[in-house]
Amino acid sequence: MAKVTASAPPKQSFSFSDQKTRGQIYQFITIALLIWFVWWIVDNTATNMNDQNIQFGFKFLGTEAGFGIIQSLVDYSEESSYGRVFVVGLLNTLVVAFLGCLLATVVGFAVGVGRLSSNWVIRKVSTVYVETLRNIPLLLQIFFWYHAVLKPLASPRVAHKLGDELWISLTNNGLLLPKPVPENGFGIVLIAFFLGILATILVSRWAKKRQMETGQQFPTFWVSLVLILGLPFLVYLVMGSPITMQPGEMGKFRPLNGLGLNIIPELMALLFALVAYTAAFIAEIVRSGIQAVSHGQTEAAHALGLRQGPTLRLVIIPQALRVIIPPLTSQYLNLTKNSSLATAIAYPDLVAAFAGTVLNQTGKAVEIIMMTMAVYLTISLITSIFMNWYNAKSALVER
Amino acid sequence: MNDKNKINEMGIVSGTKLPDLDPPLSTVGMIGWMRTNLFSGPLNTILTLAAVALLTMVIPPMLNWTIFDAVWTGGSDACRENPNAACWTFASSWWEFFLYGFYDKSERWRIDLVLWALYVGIAFIVVDDESRASRPTSTILAFIISIVTAVFVSMLIRHGAPTMWIFMGGLLTVGLVLWAWGLPNGRSRIGMILLFGFPVFAYFLLGGGVLGLSEVSTSDWGGFSLTLVIAITGIVASLPLGILLALGRRSEMPVLRLLSTLFIEFWRGVPLITVLFMASFMLPLFMPKGVQFDQLIRALIGVALFSSAYMAEVVRGGLQAIPKGQYEGAQSLGLSFWKMTGLVVMPQALKIVIPGIVSTFIGLFKDTTLVLIIGLLDFLSSVQTATTNPEWSIKSVPYTGYVLVAIVFWVHCFGMAKYSHNLEQKLHTGHKR
Repeated sequence: MAKVTASAPPKQSFSFSDQKTRGQIYQFITIALLIWFVWWIVDNTATNMNDQNIQFGFKFLGTEAGFGIIQSLVDYSEESSYGRVFVVGLLNTLVVAFLGCLLATVVGFAVGVGRLSSNWVIRKVSTVYVETLRNIPLLLQIFFWYHAVLKPLASPRVAHKLGDELWISLTNNGLLLPKPVPENGFGIVLIAFFLGILATILVSRWAKKRQMETGQQFPTFWVSLVLILGLPFLVYLVMGSPITMQPGEMGKFRPLNGLGLNIIPELMALLFALVAYTAAFIAEIVRSGIQAVSHGQTEAAHALGLRQGPTLRLVIIPQALRVIIPPLTSQYLNLTKNSSLATAIAYPDLVAAFAGTVLNQTGKAVEIIMMTMAVYLTISLITSIFMNWYNAKSALVER
Repeated sequence: MNDKNKINEMGIVSGTKLPDLDPPLSTVGMIGWMRTNLFSGPLNTILTLAAVALLTMVIPPMLNWTIFDAVWTGGSDACRENPNAACWTFASSWWEFFLYGFYDKSERWRIDLVLWALYVGIAFIVVDDESRASRPTSTILAFIISIVTAVFVSMLIRHGAPTMWIFMGGLLTVGLVLWAWGLPNGRSRIGMILLFGFPVFAYFLLGGGVLGLSEVSTSDWGGFSLTLVIAITGIVASLPLGILLALGRRSEMPVLRLLSTLFIEFWRGVPLITVLFMASFMLPLFMPKGVQFDQLIRALIGVALFSSAYMAEVVRGGLQAIPKGQYEGAQSLGLSFWKMTGLVVMPQALKIVIPGIVSTFIGLFKDTTLVLIIGLLDFLSSVQTATTNPEWSIKSVPYTGYVLVAIVFWVHCFGMAKYSHNLEQKLHTGHKR
């Protein structure tokens, strides 16, 4: 019996033909080049900024801005700081992105389902919608809504008289709606609303458990509708309608500030264009998602005795969503990034207010563009974390 | 015998075959089609009626505005008299500005020459080459090429191009077409020329400074030709960069992989606007003293970096779709990494992702409009500039301008999308398993 001894692997001598060694050399060269490149850029920038007497630093964020912003969700005045402008711009971006995603989803799903409709007219109209709007640049659509639709409307001075009560008014000053003002007791309505949601969760758990055990179904949907909408409404009536609608009032040139709820035309134009454009892409995603579920699934569900409704709800949609959600999320991200086109019509979003006006006033190009990019990078990072989580969760578990 | 007689007597079953009856009227023809496609239930009936009502409300006024009531002849006065319809004379009086921007009037033939080469090349690629030997496609192609040639030669003459250049351009066009015609895969050759040879040709012809051509400053470039310059530079620069980045992202070397991933995710995570701002405000700071870029070059650098990240992701998708056996097969033949990539993997990967590349290009083409925010005079910007001209401050002019830009972009983008769709279907056949 020969004794097998484990001999040490032959000692690797340095050889350029060894792939591993070569790889390490390449990587080393890359790192060296990168360090040199970054140093070169930083050095150039420092020299240039020194020559132009620009100081690097974020102290300017505390300086008074001195310009007004036409839409801000938080308190803002001309005396506020540049840091405050950043916050206002960020919130304005988020408002457009949130509303845009919400509406684009609704329109996109409607059009996407319309493209698969058995109705010939609906099918053709949906197809024309998708093929037209997604092939026209977004910036052009924004310009169209802003310069061609909203701006030519009558000015409030022409449309209204001094002191008019404005319940609803669409002028080139934007859309003016009455502003809901909560009074005493509105808190209780809110509490009722959240209680309703809580109760719905409990009821649906109980109903599911009971169905698992006994097979008896429970009309969860209708009960939750009553709990979430009916209960707060009842409380609202009992408390004596603690919301008053406050209409706007016409001032000398424009409706008075603070009265009524003014939606500025810049926001409307941006929102219309973003929604119409993104919805065309979402419609295609929805269509391909539904078509990705093979027809055998429908047939199998029918063979099991499920009706059309439950087939859609329990079999088709869950499988289609698995295909739909990842590209849908990236469309949301696109919409958020595209909202930066606001700068072309001066809607005060992050890019227009901060990377536009503040940059022009302070000349702090490096800091401001870095901050702006960091915001968008953070948003896309959060989105991709969500996507990875969702993909892991919804991945098909196969044998 | 007995049974048969009985049946005949009873007369229930016919002894001979009766002729087939026509299907019920309600399931065939126009009526049947309408019943299944328009009125198959109460909900569908309501939807159909609502949609038709909406269309009758929208379409006739739209047609009237754009075509029937529109002003087709005359000057701005004719439009002022009829402000409630499209003013196409606005387009016909300004089209040179929309196409060439402020490019020297005496040198515009150079743009014509470039556009001529571009559109002949595109026609050659787009018209199906599989059946080129067969009569119809060849005829269609010859027809399209002669129309394109006629249009651009007439424009060349209009702009007073030197006869030598017209002659050379014609010779080149005819020569290339004849050369590619005889080749088995002439289309991909033309594609390669268009992708890599054409930009060089266009660069020297548009920029000038060689072959006795006078130099034209890039600040004079504008209009639709500038839009094309930005889009084509973007795609030509982003392809090689994107391929390298995609390879880097799939590399086994951790440093390269990390750097490529960071680079790609950075550019994909920020909006193009901020990239253009960065190129416009920060790039001059990054460069050593004395190195100056003009605004166009800065924008081009921004666009190229931005689109290369998207291209990298498209190419990576193709690389991932190549089965591992292809890599192993190439390695077992003893091919080095670059030979394996260049000869085996990349040709297959790129073939799969041609539709993806085209849709990236469509996106880029639409995004070129953003350069107007940093002050370049692209197509949209030139139209907007013209609408502010006091002579043309008429209600219908801005609408007409926007509709014009929309139509031009739509034709190009929709054409590319359709082409990519056809290609996808054609390429699909060989890979079905």
